[in-house]
Amino acid sequence: MGDLGYIAPEIILLIGGLFIFCLDLAYDPGVGKKSGLSYMALSALFLTAALVAAVLQLNISDPEAGPKIAYSMMTIDNFGSFIKVTIFSGMILTTIAGGRYMNRRSGNQGEFWTFFLMVSLAMSIAVSANNLVLVYLAIEFLSITSYMLAGFLRENRRSNEAGLKYFLYGSIASAVMLYGISLLYGATGSLYLHDIAAAFSVLMGESTEVSGLAFAALPAMLLILAGLGFKASLAPFYQWAPDTYDGSPTPVATYLSTASKAAAFAVLARFFIVAMASFEVNWVPVLAAFSIITMTMGNLAALRQSSVKRMIAYSSVAQAGYILMGLVAVTSSSPSAMDGLNGVLLYLFAYLFTNVGAFLVVMALEETVSSTHISAYRGLIMRAPWLAVMFTVFLLSLTGIPLTGGFFGKFYVFGAAIQRQYFWLAGIGMINAGIAAFYYLRVVREMFFTSESEGGTLEVPMALQTSLLICTVVTVWIGVYPSAVLDWVSNASVQLLSVVP
Amino acid sequence: MESPDSIVLTILLFWPLVSALLVILLGSSDSLIKKGSIWASLLPLGLSIYLLFEYDSDMGGMQFEQFAKWIPQLNAGYHLGVDGLSIPLIFLTTLLSTLSLYYSAGVINERVKEYFFLMHLLEFSMIGVFLALDYVLFYVFWEISLVPMYFLIGIWGGENRGYAATKFFIYTLVGSVAMLLAILGVYFATGTFDIVEAAAAQPFAGNLTLASLAFWGFFLGFAFKVPSFPFHTWLPDAHTEAPTAGSVILAGVLLKLGAYGMLRIMLPSFPEASVYWATWIVGLGAIAIVYGAFVCVAQTDLKRLIAYSSVSHMGYVMLGIGAAAAVMTPDALAGAVNRFGLTAEAIQDSAAMALNGAALQMFNHGIITGALFFLVGIIYERAHTRDLARFGGLATRTPHFYGLMLVAAFASLGLPGLAGFWAELFTFRGAFAIMPYWAAFGTIGIVVTAVYILYRIIQNVFLGEYDPSKLPHWTTVQGEHADGPTDMVGFEKVTMWPLIAAMFLIGIYPTPLVSYFNQSARELLAFVQNLV
Repeated sequence: MGDLGYIAPEIILLIGGLFIFCLDLAYDPGVGKKSGLSYMALSALFLTAALVAAVLQLNISDPEAGPKIAYSMMTIDNFGSFIKVTIFSGMILTTIAGGRYMNRRSGNQGEFWTFFLMVSLAMSIAVSANNLVLVYLAIEFLSITSYMLAGFLRENRRSNEAGLKYFLYGSIASAVMLYGISLLYGATGSLYLHDIAAAFSVLMGESTEVSGLAFAALPAMLLILAGLGFKASLAPFYQWAPDTYDGSPTPVATYLSTASKAAAFAVLARFFIVAMASFEVNWVPVLAAFSIITMTMGNLAALRQSSVKRMIAYSSVAQAGYILMGLVAVTSSSPSAMDGLNGVLLYLFAYLFTNVGAFLVVMALEETVSSTHISAYRGLIMRAPWLAVMFTVFLLSLTGIPLTGGFFGKFYVFGAAIQRQYFWLAGIGMINAGIAAFYYLRVVREMFFTSESEGGTLEVPMALQTSLLICTVVTVWIGVYPSAVLDWVSNASVQLLSVVP
Repeated sequence: MESPDSIVLTILLFWPLVSALLVILLGSSDSLIKKGSIWASLLPLGLSIYLLFEYDSDMGGMQFEQFAKWIPQLNAGYHLGVDGLSIPLIFLTTLLSTLSLYYSAGVINERVKEYFFLMHLLEFSMIGVFLALDYVLFYVFWEISLVPMYFLIGIWGGENRGYAATKFFIYTLVGSVAMLLAILGVYFATGTFDIVEAAAAQPFAGNLTLASLAFWGFFLGFAFKVPSFPFHTWLPDAHTEAPTAGSVILAGVLLKLGAYGMLRIMLPSFPEASVYWATWIVGLGAIAIVYGAFVCVAQTDLKRLIAYSSVSHMGYVMLGIGAAAAVMTPDALAGAVNRFGLTAEAIQDSAAMALNGAALQMFNHGIITGALFFLVGIIYERAHTRDLARFGGLATRTPHFYGLMLVAAFASLGLPGLAGFWAELFTFRGAFAIMPYWAAFGTIGIVVTAVYILYRIIQNVFLGEYDPSKLPHWTTVQGEHADGPTDMVGFEKVTMWPLIAAMFLIGIYPTPLVSYFNQSARELLAFVQNLV
């Protein structure tokens, strides 16, 4: 029973997904009746239960006790639980806000919400998995459900394109990753992250020269990075992201750019920090290069967008670059208050609420004026003042202005980079912050700098407003008083770093 | 029972934020918002006057300090305090804020609620910068001061406001992020975010490369704000497009934040790097003085002219700071003694004088340029143009306006008896003893200043015959048609007179104000001299 308790969040989600699926089969509301909102409510309920389960795990495991292992394949530690809390929060907010949106666009609500819970389940497994086959399966599970959700609006060509593009890129990325896993297995004879790390430290001995069987680690590392980098939309594997985010139903784009990215980063962090500990000198420059390319490419591309949805899509690519900067600066040997891993976790947490909020604003505009073009935001302050103010909070948070969560996220990753004396990396991040401010402000400018109000007041649905309000409150709360979150974050990272051999 | 002094700074800091929230929550009508805002802003003004009187200058140092935990994980706290440098600047902030709110109540009739909300928010952030003694807190206030100003320029600004607002935001943001990196560097070197403790710990002492890196990080952040040549290009645009009160606050207070940062952070924390790079600061300052003045002469837009005059006048501040920095450390002082054949005391006096001049110039520039921007706004409300070629002979038509402009312009030029004189005298007197060539070069700027003040402003706008064909369309300040320029009305006079009075007061009897600055200048020099 013990092990079963450890995977309570996953079990809840599995039951929830199957329950909605069966309900959809058994219950026929009659022609023309929409039943989407009740499915939405059920999904929100199950997700909330999973969230509670994850929060309880976060509390019961004190850092001293060390992680718990469930069925030898999953590590239930504070790190995983914190990421799960982050992911589930994002999924709940998206669910509440997205019910009406999906209801108006598709008749297959039962399927949609089944997949939605299954996607959450996949992410949840991925962040806890300590076995590379389970990692692979979870990522595949996540990918396949995501392909379906991205292309869910069957009559919509853009949605089809989104699903197909995601699928084509994704299947190659998975294959590449699988090849990398097989190399690691060949070199070390194990698929468990710890055993891999142990085998490598034996192979490497005292030397820092990578030779012999250990050499397999280097190509394997790059191949796995390619697979996970695809999920996290790192450059140069991000080309799918803008098209997919843009074409997918907005609730799907929301989780793809936030929760799914958080899951990918969690897997990346666990893989590199635990399994590849012996090769830190090798992966740090690689990740640093990825970080620089990702933020620069994302920002430069975002500059040119005229669709706000697409702009946020590119911006979320750029944000991944900043998060990666934290991972570059992880100090597994002597963790400090401003460790890179803390930066990654804090950034992910703040970014999740901010970016979910930003996508929900896009959704609100799609719901009311059916447009994502920047001109639709013109004079928004006159038509929907609170929406404009909340969007400004999210955009300022993405820019990294204080009193928002995004600031402390940047503060931490920049801090970690400075601590490791990667001044050039921090410097490039600084220039990027300036570039990014330009396109974020462009939207603010449209919303505020005109007093004309065409089209009268906008009526934003209640559920959407609620989600938006929560996102705003959390974003500002982290910005004003980050202490509480920092405690969770450091508990989470200490536990992951403590297992490093 | 705690004494009220223990929370006076917190009240001073948060009251504008409370006012801002009250505007949003209770602002049911425009006139209520305007009246309420003006009354509400009197409390911080009163508190800053209280600080002026209650600050114990015999004791010196930081007073009214407050500590509270904020982010214990990072050792970053809520630490406030004031000394002789910050108290007058806080007074300047609250005075200009109140006057700006009062003036705006008369001219802003569009989106009133947002406007007054943002003005209070701006005051909150500016006071925060002057009070904060913790790097994180300092940076938070430093950065959020950008946001309300961005909106003020962007919403109530002129034709090109979107461009100007964005330029302002991005330039200062890039500078700020450089400063953020330097702050983080200091944190990892000293383990604290406390500004006072970190300075006492002397980050990167003995490692000139790292110290210089941090020094330039801070310098970029501050230089963009000052703005120092060559980082000044955002300023003319921002000033020209901003609404009148926005320009007043921008020139009056926001530019001071940069110079304040240099005095509060750069000089005490990195004395060796400051000595090493002092010539650069002085050079940039002197170039700004001369360059800014020459550019002023070429302007055709009255407001742009005043904006460039800010570049020139803030150059004095840089000149003074740099000159004092050059002889701060004991080694540098000994070197200067050998070079000039003066006693150490004489050079120390010169350094203190340069610092006093710089600080006094900060205050005076706030008063004088604030007044000039108000005056430009007053004429713009009537003429709806700022084109210098369209004006002429206004002296006979608007005698009151002419009189006040004359005082402000002469103060700006440095006429003895008015505020500007003392700042220039102290700065140049201090700088001549330490960096004679740069100081001499800077004096060219004084001459050119006379040219643009006397010729471009006084003669061009006010003297000569009034020619109605130059500008046929005039309105009153309420926007009704008028047959020609009309003189200032009541609320404009009330806005202007406190500033004019301050110019006279400081011009005639600068001692009380200078004694605050002198206190902290001596403390700064003694602090650096006594480092081991």
